[in-house]
Amino acid sequence: MSQTTETKETPYKPTSPNSKLDFASFWEYDPAPESTDHITIEDRYELFIDGKFVKPSKGRYFKSTNPATKEVITEFAEATQSDVDKAVKAARKAYNGEWSSLSAKARGKYLFRIARMLQERAREFSVLESIDGGKPIRESRDVDVPLAAAHFFYYAGWADKLDYAFPGKTPESLGVCGQIIPWNFPLLMLAWKIAPALACGNTVVLKPAESTSLTALKFAELVKDAGVPAGVINIVTGAGQTGSEIVNHNDINKIAFTGSTKVGKIIQKSLAGTDKKFTLELGGKGALIVFEDAAIDQAVEGIINAIFFNQGHVCCAGSRLLVQEGVADQVINKLKDRMESLIVGDPLDKNTDIGAINSSQQFDTINSFLEIGLEEGADVYQSKCEIPDSGYFIRPTLFTNVSQSNRVVQEEIFGPVLTVQTFRTADEAIDKANNTPFGLAGGVWTDKGSKIFKVGSELRSGVVWANTYNKFDPTSPFGGFKESGVGREGGLHGLAAYVNLK
Amino acid sequence: MSLTDYSITKPIDQVAIEERVSRLNKRSIKKESKVQALKMALSMMDLTTLEGKDSDGKVIQLCQKAKLPYASMPDLPKVAAVCVYPTMVRIAKKHVSGSGIHVASVATAFPSGMAPLSVRIDDTKFAVSEGADEVDMVISRGAFLSGEYNKVFDEIAAIKEACGDAHLKVILETGELLTYENVRKASDIAMEAGGDFIKTSTGKISPAATQPVTLVMLEAIRDYYYKTGKMIGMKPAGGIRTAKQALQYLVLVKETLGAAWLNNQYFRFGASSLANDVLMQIVKQETGQYQSPDYFSVD
Repeated sequence: MSQTTETKETPYKPTSPNSKLDFASFWEYDPAPESTDHITIEDRYELFIDGKFVKPSKGRYFKSTNPATKEVITEFAEATQSDVDKAVKAARKAYNGEWSSLSAKARGKYLFRIARMLQERAREFSVLESIDGGKPIRESRDVDVPLAAAHFFYYAGWADKLDYAFPGKTPESLGVCGQIIPWNFPLLMLAWKIAPALACGNTVVLKPAESTSLTALKFAELVKDAGVPAGVINIVTGAGQTGSEIVNHNDINKIAFTGSTKVGKIIQKSLAGTDKKFTLELGGKGALIVFEDAAIDQAVEGIINAIFFNQGHVCCAGSRLLVQEGVADQVINKLKDRMESLIVGDPLDKNTDIGAINSSQQFDTINSFLEIGLEEGADVYQSKCEIPDSGYFIRPTLFTNVSQSNRVVQEEIFGPVLTVQTFRTADEAIDKANNTPFGLAGGVWTDKGSKIFKVGSELRSGVVWANTYNKFDPTSPFGGFKESGVGREGGLHGLAAYVNLK
Repeated sequence: MSLTDYSITKPIDQVAIEERVSRLNKRSIKKESKVQALKMALSMMDLTTLEGKDSDGKVIQLCQKAKLPYASMPDLPKVAAVCVYPTMVRIAKKHVSGSGIHVASVATAFPSGMAPLSVRIDDTKFAVSEGADEVDMVISRGAFLSGEYNKVFDEIAAIKEACGDAHLKVILETGELLTYENVRKASDIAMEAGGDFIKTSTGKISPAATQPVTLVMLEAIRDYYYKTGKMIGMKPAGGIRTAKQALQYLVLVKETLGAAWLNNQYFRFGASSLANDVLMQIVKQETGQYQSPDYFSVD
């Protein structure tokens, strides 16, 4: 009977490139936006110096936009040389005065208080972080803000135990620390910088990134509410020039910088010959090594988390996939299907997996890399999801048919773009993974424990995750090999970066 | 197609599976998408009574509920099937006739499966001859755990043959298999031996259905589909009592297998008390208020 062999018409529009799996046409989730009713954003934010909000001396301000809508949300003061000088003087005064006269236990008390207040105001901070930086609320709510609080809790605990942290040595505080942080994890990077500095008895002048200063100034309000002595924490906003004033100020004892390798090199040059201590946490081009004996579906999930977390704006992002030849097709096909179920859109929607690209500048950078990839002859795959018309959004992107010599494989893109290469043996994978000027992070997927240790110990990178990726904890040191940075943050190592040992 | 060597274990990463589930549980299902999902859940239900004290009266009540879950809202979808013991198939069949609701029967010496294969085959044939549209069999967990994978395979194939046109759901009883890797292996055996559905549990062993186990099975179904193009159904059963849980399961299905599996041809809930909570939530969505549980029939 011919009827029985007729194929049934299905109403489904397959979104999967290699099967009829369909992740879009039926039962779409309604918008589930996080409420913003409880949020107040001032029209203008001043500098936070010596415990007070003060106008910038030149009276200049710059606008800050919401990258998901391109709307201006507020404006920030531009700190010039005299403002930075004022901030450093306030920090010095506090360091020579009240802050150093406090007992270590009392210092710890302030840090515990900051940590608790961050937890209490977690919802406010996470919504602000998503509005200002474009990251999905799921991440700011579940990662950025809780981890920031955890860092303060962790280093609060160390404040009165420094004598036990370095057996046989006496730790001494450094003085005034200049800290410059990036735009990808604004509040979390602030916590990474401020918490250990204060725990060790230093005072700080911190400059947030110009595109994401909002939570730093909200944090300044919190610092005031917490009753932290004036001058201990100073926050100056501005762009590169402001940062350079901090780096070159002669009354600063330590520079801590997180950002691009390019700027890191400039900073290191200007610090040469000075007695300033420094830590630099710079770029990366992390390799994800997937062996054929890995749990494949879970490896795919790990890859998704490694490259698409925070729109790929992660210095330790796993942006180069190295997959063993025997499972390469399988992994790539599954990865493509998985990319189809990623939800790109409104950062404030609780179901959003990938939010907005942080700024127009970064949007252009990523797009130029997409063009470079095509020019280099790579095959490109982008998920077919709908993306909002307004704002800066980029579809999750996969480059296959690329090689070690391509720019998209060598250079940090800092966006949701993954390159895929194959390998045959563990040695080849290690060679390819290490063949980069960077060395911040990497991942290994295999079911075999001994292989994890063998490969992990041969990777020249500061962090190696096994069968997972992008896991952070305040107790664990973080930092780079080679051009990915100098020094470590987090854990006991992070404490050592803020003391002189005698 | 070459025969699978079941002594080779496919690795499953326990931590990553559980992490994936907890991430999917963060999906926020609101407004119209929630109503749609609740109605979908109702239409996917295998309304179940599997007790030694089951009687004609009890089964008749269950059938009434299946046909008209909530009299005040007659437009609600009917459930997919009623699930009973083989001796109750005839009465169930009679009382759902004409409604489109299937009668599913557990068979094969449910729930232990501890009877000679010939008895289990007869049990199956009896259920089908009484009119069962679907047969829910149990695998021999003892044989599976002692590594006799081919024996388990052959038994499933024999039961499939005995089913004739009836759909076969293969219960793995994951609570007795203990590891995700065993769940994966049993899923592969069940699909390759001819099961139309794979099902987590009998409901008689704790834990019954869990979301991580369901995800492992859904991924097995996906791999089988990639390999053969055949769509196998999934039925988590036991322990699913709230509408919220049901929505979480549907999210797992949607984001693992996609829309083609989001219907009662390929996905079922095996549950007895879930229906009332789903109904209560539907009424809440329509009226904005929670009704007293006493407004919903206890069957």
